[in-house]
Amino acid sequence: MNKQAIIEFQDFSFQYYSQAEPTLHDINLKIYPGEKILVVGPSGSGKSTLGHCLNGLIPFAYKGEISGSLKINGLETKTQDIFHLSKMVGTVLQDADGQFVGLTAGEDIAFALENDNVPHAEMRERVQKVAAMVDMQNWLASSPFELSGGQKQRTSLAGVMIDNVDILLFDEPLANLDPATGKTAIEIIDDIHKKSQKTIVIIEHRLEDVLHRDIDRVIVVNDGRIIADMNAHELVSSTILTENGIREPLYVTALKYAGVKVTSDMLPGHITTLKTEFSKEALNVWHNAIKADDRKNTNPSILKMENISFSYDGVRPILDDINFDLREGEMISIVGKNGAGKSTLSKLLCGFEKEDRGVIRYKGEDIKDKTIKERAEIIGVVMQNPNQMISKPMIYDEVALGLRLRNVSEDQIAARVEKVLKVCGLAPFKDWPISALSYGQKKRVTIASILVLDPKILILDEPTAGQDFRHYTEIMEFLVEINKLGVTVIMITHDMHLMLEYTPRAIVLAGGRKIADTAASVVLTDSQVIGKANLKETSLFNLAQMAGVGDGTHFVQGFIDYERRMKNR
Amino acid sequence: MNMKMKLFSYNQVDTPIHRLSGLTKLVCFLFLTFAVMFSYDIRVILAVMFFSLGVLRLSKIKYSQIRLMILYVLIFVITNAVISFFFSPEEGVKIYGTRHDIANLYGGHKLTLEQIFYQVTKFFKYFSVIPFGIIFLLTTNPSEFASSLNGIGVNYKAAFAVALTLRYFPDVQRDYHDISLAQQARGLDLSHKAKFTDRFKNALLIVIPLIFSALDRIELISNAMDLRGFAKSKTRTWYTFKALTGQDYAALAISALIFIATVLISIFVNHSRFYNPFI
Repeated sequence: MNKQAIIEFQDFSFQYYSQAEPTLHDINLKIYPGEKILVVGPSGSGKSTLGHCLNGLIPFAYKGEISGSLKINGLETKTQDIFHLSKMVGTVLQDADGQFVGLTAGEDIAFALENDNVPHAEMRERVQKVAAMVDMQNWLASSPFELSGGQKQRTSLAGVMIDNVDILLFDEPLANLDPATGKTAIEIIDDIHKKSQKTIVIIEHRLEDVLHRDIDRVIVVNDGRIIADMNAHELVSSTILTENGIREPLYVTALKYAGVKVTSDMLPGHITTLKTEFSKEALNVWHNAIKADDRKNTNPSILKMENISFSYDGVRPILDDINFDLREGEMISIVGKNGAGKSTLSKLLCGFEKEDRGVIRYKGEDIKDKTIKERAEIIGVVMQNPNQMISKPMIYDEVALGLRLRNVSEDQIAARVEKVLKVCGLAPFKDWPISALSYGQKKRVTIASILVLDPKILILDEPTAGQDFRHYTEIMEFLVEINKLGVTVIMITHDMHLMLEYTPRAIVLAGGRKIADTAASVVLTDSQVIGKANLKETSLFNLAQMAGVGDGTHFVQGFIDYERRMKNR
Repeated sequence: MNMKMKLFSYNQVDTPIHRLSGLTKLVCFLFLTFAVMFSYDIRVILAVMFFSLGVLRLSKIKYSQIRLMILYVLIFVITNAVISFFFSPEEGVKIYGTRHDIANLYGGHKLTLEQIFYQVTKFFKYFSVIPFGIIFLLTTNPSEFASSLNGIGVNYKAAFAVALTLRYFPDVQRDYHDISLAQQARGLDLSHKAKFTDRFKNALLIVIPLIFSALDRIELISNAMDLRGFAKSKTRTWYTFKALTGQDYAALAISALIFIATVLISIFVNHSRFYNPFI
C-alpha cells in the first residue's frame, strides 16, 4: 500500500509507573485510512492499553514511560495533548451508562461542542443531524434512565461523531449489551464505516460477535505484544486463537469436532462466507454419531414460583403470572432483554421485594414470612459487580462476615471459612488483602462469602460479565463444581454461550411474562423466542442449515452433549 | 423505577415555572430570599410566604415529593427556635424595647410577648424561604442550573460539578439500595433493634462498597469527559441554555419589585428592619 498510514506505531513500548513490567512491548503496527480493524486479546493482554494510547488517556490520565513512536495523522502523540487527540480519535467506552455525562441524550451528544464554545443555535442543529445518523432524533429529551442500553450506546457514538473525528475507537462495545442489541451495534458500526469511510478500531474479546460483519484485519494482542495481524479467514483457521485464550467461533469449533480441517480457502471468518461443500458429509456423520445425553433430573422440587405477579407502581406489571418449578441440583439460566423482569425475579426470591400475588415455595413450603436474613440461608445472591459486595479489607474477614453477623462462634467460623475457601480455590490467599486480587478472584471471594452461609440455591447476576474466555471458563467450571456439590444454581445472563454450554435449561422472560422454559438448544433455535427476548440465533444453527443437517435444534443439542462429554473425560 | 428514586430530583412537568430559564429562577430565588432575610416585618413575611405557596402550587409539586425535606426543615427550625430561646430569652425585649411578661420560667427567666412575637416572626421567615428553595431545586434541570450558575459568574467547572452530582445522585441512590439489600441478606441488621454502635458499624458495611463503586464511576466519567474535551478552554457554551423570554422578564420584575417593596417598607414604614406592634 502506498497510502500514508493514519495510525502508526513504531517500536512502541509503554510501562505504567505503577507496574514493574512494560504493558506493551515493541508494538509495530500501521493502520490505513478507511480500514476497519479488530483488536482481540484476553484480559490483561494490553489491548485496552493500546486503545488508551490511541485516544490519549495514556499518558494524559494514566501516567507511564513511553518509548518508540506513535503517530496519528503524521503527528507524534507524545507532543499532542488529549484535546487535540480527541479531535482525531473519537472513543466510545464500554460502559455506555457510566459515560453518559448529560442529563438528556441531546445534552450528552452536545457535550464536545459545549466544551468547544460552539454557539447555541449551531449546536442544536448539529446535534439534530448527528442524532439522525444513529436514529436517536426522537429521543433527544430523554434521560439515561429512559433509554435502553443500545440507545445509550448510540448516544455515545453520536457524541463522538459530532466532532467529525477521522478515527472511531470502540472499547469493548459489546459488554453490557444483550445479544440482539450487540448484533445491532455491530451493524451500526459497519453502516457508519461504509457511509463515512472513517477508520474504525474495535477492541473486543468476543470475536464471533464482531465478525457478524466484515472486518479488514484482526490484530491479536497477548502479553503486550502483537501476536498476529491477518484477515479473519486466516485467523480462525490457525491455532492462534486457542493458543491465546480467545474463544473461536462456535461453528468453527463444531467443524473441528467433526474432524474437518478448517483452512482459509473455506472462508471461515464469517458464518455467512463459510463454504460448507467439503464439510457437509463430515458434519452429518459426526452429528449422527453423537449419543444423546438423556439423563433427566428427577430430584424433588426445591423452588417453585406459582402465579407470581409484581409491579412497582401498581400500574405497569414488571412480572406477570410467572410459574416455574426448579428441581434440586439444577443449573438454569434466566434470559431476556433488559427490563424484562429478570432482576426483579431474583429480588422476589431473596425477599428484597414482595410479590403482589402468587406463592414462592421452597421444598413445598411457602416462604412468604421469611425475612431477608432467613431467606439468605436458603437462597444466596451474588451481585454482578464484586465491588458492590466487598466491605472488608481482608479475604478471611470478608468471607466470615455473614457468619459473624449471625453470632456464630469464632471456632466454627474458622472451620467453615476454611472449608469454603478451599472449595473456591482461595485457600492459599486466606491471609491476603482483597485489593491484591484480580477481578475474577474477587468474584470468587464474593461467591465464597455467600456460600459460607450454606445456601441451597445460588443466584448469580451476570457471573461472567466482562470476562475473557479463560476467566469465563474458570468461573463457570467452578460453578459446575459447586453445582455438583448439590447447590442449585440460577444464573441471570446475557451470554448465549454460557446458556448453551452450561445450563441445560433456560427460562426466557419478555415483557414480564415467561415465554419459554425449555432446553437452551431449543430456545436458541426458535426464531420467535429469539425475536421477543432480544436473543441471538447461535451460529451452530446456521451451520446445521448450511450443512443440510435436518433438525437444527437437534444438531445444537448434539454439539452441547458432545462438548460436555469432552470436558468430563 | 420506583417512586423513591424521584425524590429530591428534577421532575419534568410542563408548568409556567418549569418553562422559566434556570437563570431567571436563580435570580428570583436570590431576590426573594434576600427580601425575606432582610425584613423582620411579619406582615411582609406572611405575604411572601403566601406568594411562595401559590408558586409552589403553580409548579405542580406534590406533597409526597417534598415531605421528607419539609420534615427535616421543621426539625431544624424548631431546634433552632428552642436553642435561641435558651441562649437569649430577652432578645425580643431588647429589640422591641417593651416588656409584657406572660409566665415565669426556670432560673428567674420570664416568657415575654415580645420574645414570642420575635420567634414567631423568625419561624415564618425560614418557612417562607423553603418553598422557593424547593421550587428552584425541583423545577430546574440540573444542567440548566449549572448553566445559570455559570451565567451569574460562577466558574463553569464548579457549576458543572454541581450538575454532575445531581446527574449521578439517582445512580448512587440505586447503588446504595442494592448494596444495602445484599448486605442485609448476609445478615446485616439495620433496624432499630440493633444497638447504636452496631448500627454505626453496620452502616460502614454499606458505605465502603458504595465508596468503591463510586470511585469506579468517577474514574470512568472523568475519562469520558477528558476524551470529549472538558476543561479545554476558559469558557463553554451550554446546550440547555434558554434565551430569556417575556415570562422570564415578568418573573424577574415581580421578584425585584417584592424585594424593593420590602426594603422600602422597612425604611419608610417601620424605620427599621423590625416591625414593632408594641409601641
